[in-house]
Amino acid sequence: MGSIGWRGGAFLALLLASAVVIAPTFASVPAWWPWQRTIRLGLDLRGGTYLLYQVEVEQAIDNAVDRRAGELEAELREANLGAFTVDRVGREIQVRLAAKDRRAEARRLVEDRFPDLVVSESAGGEAADLQLRLAERELSRLRDGAVSQALEIMRKRIDQFGVTEPTLQTQGQDQIVVQLPGIQDPQRAKDLIGRTALLEFKLLAEGPQAGTLQAPGPGIQVLPGDANGGGRTQYLVERRPILTGDMITDASVRPGGVGEGYAVDFTLDSRGAKLFAAATTQHVRRRLAIVLDGYVQSAPEIREPITGGQGQITGRFRIEEAQDLANVLRHGALPAPLRLLEERTVGPSLGRDSIRQGSVSFVVASVFIVVFMLLYYRGGGLVADLALLLNVLLILGAFAAFGFTLTLPGIAGLVLTVGMAVDANVLILERVREELRTGKGARAAIAAGYERAWTAILDTNVTTFLSGLILFQFGSGPVRGFAVTLCLGILTTLLTAVFATRVLYDWRLANRRVTTVSV
Amino acid sequence: MKAKRTGEAHEAVQRGGGPAAAPATFLALIPPNPGIDFIKLSPGMLVLSAVLIGLSLALLVYRGGLNYGIDFAGGTMVEVRFPQPVATSDVRAALGQADLRGATVQDIGGGSTDFQVRVQGGETEMGSAVADDVRRGLQAKFGEGSFDVLRVEAVGPKVGRDLWRRALLAVLASTVVMGVYLWVKFNFGFGIGAAVALLHDVVITVGALALIHLEFDLTTVAALLTVVGFSVNDTVIIFDRIRETRARLRKEPLETVANLAINETLSRTVITSGTAIAVTACLLTLGGAVIHGFAFTLLAGFVIGTYSSIFVATPVVLAIERRRGHRR
Repeated sequence: MGSIGWRGGAFLALLLASAVVIAPTFASVPAWWPWQRTIRLGLDLRGGTYLLYQVEVEQAIDNAVDRRAGELEAELREANLGAFTVDRVGREIQVRLAAKDRRAEARRLVEDRFPDLVVSESAGGEAADLQLRLAERELSRLRDGAVSQALEIMRKRIDQFGVTEPTLQTQGQDQIVVQLPGIQDPQRAKDLIGRTALLEFKLLAEGPQAGTLQAPGPGIQVLPGDANGGGRTQYLVERRPILTGDMITDASVRPGGVGEGYAVDFTLDSRGAKLFAAATTQHVRRRLAIVLDGYVQSAPEIREPITGGQGQITGRFRIEEAQDLANVLRHGALPAPLRLLEERTVGPSLGRDSIRQGSVSFVVASVFIVVFMLLYYRGGGLVADLALLLNVLLILGAFAAFGFTLTLPGIAGLVLTVGMAVDANVLILERVREELRTGKGARAAIAAGYERAWTAILDTNVTTFLSGLILFQFGSGPVRGFAVTLCLGILTTLLTAVFATRVLYDWRLANRRVTTVSV
Repeated sequence: MKAKRTGEAHEAVQRGGGPAAAPATFLALIPPNPGIDFIKLSPGMLVLSAVLIGLSLALLVYRGGLNYGIDFAGGTMVEVRFPQPVATSDVRAALGQADLRGATVQDIGGGSTDFQVRVQGGETEMGSAVADDVRRGLQAKFGEGSFDVLRVEAVGPKVGRDLWRRALLAVLASTVVMGVYLWVKFNFGFGIGAAVALLHDVVITVGALALIHLEFDLTTVAALLTVVGFSVNDTVIIFDRIRETRARLRKEPLETVANLAINETLSRTVITSGTAIAVTACLLTLGGAVIHGFAFTLLAGFVIGTYSSIFVATPVVLAIERRRGHRR
């Protein structure tokens, strides 16, 4: 019987530890208190926005192929290889030359200038003169890197947006979950996080080769103007950018002229500055389109060469827009476009309602169970109720100690656990009653009750636990919170309703004069 | 719950006296062995179950499926709260002006202050645009700051389809897992009996959801999975007792053994289910609109699950065991 003290001590220690870690959640604790962290509440309770994005990796690859095709076209034109066409067929770039004898030359150019393109041998005949595709190395770089890069860039953007405790996680192969607690303006957050922010500088097409909006010339594309600035204007621009946003090192907001809103200044790195200087020197008097995510923000004329590596984007921005644009330019473009799959926003008032209603349900349900057990099983009910108290403390303690997130379904799971935890006690006590009815003494009845009820208790809890695991696998967010509570509740129930109550009985029956139990 | 006293003394405390004392009596809702012939009742109950399942399936077909929430159907849901009651027709009119004629408006909570606006499907640029339109439409009619946005949920159609597959898979997987677990712990017949009872519970619970036109969403599936995990509990208790009694009474036919097992465990079946049903009823009445569907599904499932442990799982086991007995 010496082990009673040991086991009892262990449970008392658990009780104490739980009380210590959950105290900060329910009351303000002094600074010397060993645990300061409160139980983390899910977005459905504290209010906030949950966003599920898909990184369009395949789109990123398509874009990369597109970009290479544009660049290749420009390079070939500069190399004066005679008339040619560049077509995209799926993920393949096909080049056809009018002068077949210059094929080797074209091939050399590709190999020199485009190390990430590989030439697949053409079968001759009808086939193109050069068939090119992205190298495996480049493909896997795009596939593997896109999601983690996107996550990194999104994190930086959010950090500057000033949200407390944001969480970003990848989910599955190509999805990213963003949780922003207590956010007031989800729309702005979404615009900021989800925007690709690919900045390109492209010359406006000029002269006869520009073609028309309906039939743009070779190497020319039509881009729409940004709704904010140019309205519904469309622009004919050269497909190949002279500069892209990845060469920007810094960006800041600056007030524009009267009635012009705000503008964004940017600074280029040394390579970008050189490219920009060369291009603006060569193309003075032409107009340069500043293209953000495929929309022309503005297309100012290059009045003089810009050699300082600095520029400005104007577009009658509101202050927030300008701030967010500067933010995304500083941290670079996403490697692939994002698609918003799911959005869930809970306002702070609903969150407060849920906490209140969840707590009320919990209290009422608990009182009902406690009173019922006490009335029905008397002493045995009291023991079960004590175990239930310890059980709830342990669950909340685990939430606090391990940093699990409590959600509204999680509270529901807690309520449900209260209803199911006493089931183990019911099984034991009913069994003890049966044994007593056959005329056994208290000690024998208790021992037999625990022993015979055990297989059923274990089986019922294992099955519920298994369904909890499947639930966890299936669900996300709040549903996972429920699954966690359910599974956790099973473990603490076995610990408290079975083992802790046994300690109490053993302790009571250790006294030889006690020969009865109240059940 | 009605207390049915056993007629004798209700002293819950067994006083002194040692092992030779007269058998004790306890406060009990249900006597130790109420002597109900469950097995005789079971053919009738099986007919009832079959009718319920048939009705559930017919209802699903008639209603053209469940009332899918945006989790499954895709689309946008916006919940708003006005400080004072507003007519549903006004809310609808405001949305009509905002070009959201396809939106359904529902007064949640019944106080004419909280409304749920749902716009189904829509492959358009998801979420934000529709939610913004709703907000703007209401602002145009009721003025800025005249209402509080409680929550916004927007789900793309692809996610919805994906969820369906996963939900179905999860429910089937847990049923199979339960069956296999009982197969391992007991034997094949018991595993099948439990799995059949679980499917029975899921179908009828879903039928109940269809009947009251409850929104079927992610949390409803979570509740169904919980029902599967919980419903098997009573079944385990009865099966465990059948196994024990069978070992004790080898001569008796299995029907007698099963009947005795159900009768002797009836008290704990009723009480364990009763506590779970009671707390779920608390959630349903006090837990608020957000978990209303979740709590309803649990409640319906628990009630059906308790019934099926006695009247579905056990008869199926008996039928299978009889067959195996013949073969031997």
